[in-house]
Amino acid sequence: MKKQVTLQQEFIKGVWDNNPVLKQLLGLCPVLAVTVSAINGFAMGLAATFVMFMASLIISTIRKTIPPQVRIASFIVIIATFVTIVDLVMKAKFPDLSKALGPFIPLIVVNCMILGRQEAFASKNKPGRAMLDALGMGAGFTIALVILGGIREILGSREFFGLQVLPDQFEPWIIMILPAGAFLTLGLMLGVVNMYTDRKKRMEHESIVAHYKRVGREELIEELEVK
Amino acid sequence: MELFIIFISAAIVNNFVLAYFLGICPFVGVSNKLSSAISMGMATTFVMVITAIVSWLLYNLVLIPYNLAFLQIPSFILVIASLVQFVEMFIKKVSQPLYRALGIFLPLITTNCAILGLALFGSMREYSFIENVVFGLGAGAGFTLALTIMAGIREELDLADVPKPFQGAPITMIVAGILALAFMGFAGMI
Repeated sequence: MKKQVTLQQEFIKGVWDNNPVLKQLLGLCPVLAVTVSAINGFAMGLAATFVMFMASLIISTIRKTIPPQVRIASFIVIIATFVTIVDLVMKAKFPDLSKALGPFIPLIVVNCMILGRQEAFASKNKPGRAMLDALGMGAGFTIALVILGGIREILGSREFFGLQVLPDQFEPWIIMILPAGAFLTLGLMLGVVNMYTDRKKRMEHESIVAHYKRVGREELIEELEVK
Repeated sequence: MELFIIFISAAIVNNFVLAYFLGICPFVGVSNKLSSAISMGMATTFVMVITAIVSWLLYNLVLIPYNLAFLQIPSFILVIASLVQFVEMFIKKVSQPLYRALGIFLPLITTNCAILGLALFGSMREYSFIENVVFGLGAGAGFTLALTIMAGIREELDLADVPKPFQGAPITMIVAGILALAFMGFAGMI
């Protein structure tokens, strides 16, 4: 019997537990490249979420008709179709944004996060769940991009979503808008996330140990240490 | 001279990995051993040059004359995927030692965004055929360079005392950041 996962968990896991950027390190190319400002990160996040949502919907619907030998190629064609739609719509409706994101909208095709979700989830689950999963992963991706873009924008140009938030006396850190700033910020972010996860794990462990001590089953603690 | 500038620009000044963030996945994934980094770099350079040739022909001889430029993304990715498959089979048949050196890295290259990025940049900048091939060669050289430097640093990093939460990916990112800073020193060259 497979473990039952509620629909809510299906959504939440993408936002934090399996966050594609912060936990799984998937799809890093656009993450680093477009996050010069929070708005760019947000647009990129939305574009990737849309592509992932539509691809998950289609692939989970026709998952039984795709022959397993050519599944990767079929996934890529389906993803490429929606990426083309996004690319053309953005060129027509938001020419400035499209120019700022440059080749990174077409490059969503080879984003390993999207292909990974199709392979790992959408091709094995019903459309409803696949859609929720895609939305959760997309939300996690967007949040990570906005945080990264926000930090870089605030420190690099004193603005957040185009509004000035730091006073003029603050000397902007030019490095933050340069490529090096992206690597440094993401590295520090990953470190902080790891630190938080480690601490949470340790606290959980300690609470279990304390519980065993209270009920007087010391032999179980040793068992836990071995694990 | 023009060609030389394109080569240097793609290889060093606008390095694909450190300035355009293309091909970060293999950059993080394969850069922990020097020998595999060099093999990966060579395999990628090889595929990049072939991609530069084929994508230029496809774009300028098929897509443009028939007004199909909007099909650029799906057609490029399909061509790259089948090309990598084809190259893999070809190498396996022709040279076993080369296959053993590059083999496992070839399938990974299909989803390397540096390859698709190369094809897209080539069509965006409207390079001529020769320019595009040189651009591919330069991009591959730059990728290999960044990967090799990174692998060298990471081999030393294994001996360093890194705080626990920063071990693995976070410290790799920070090292890449410092490396990107160093490469920025070339910015004024062209």
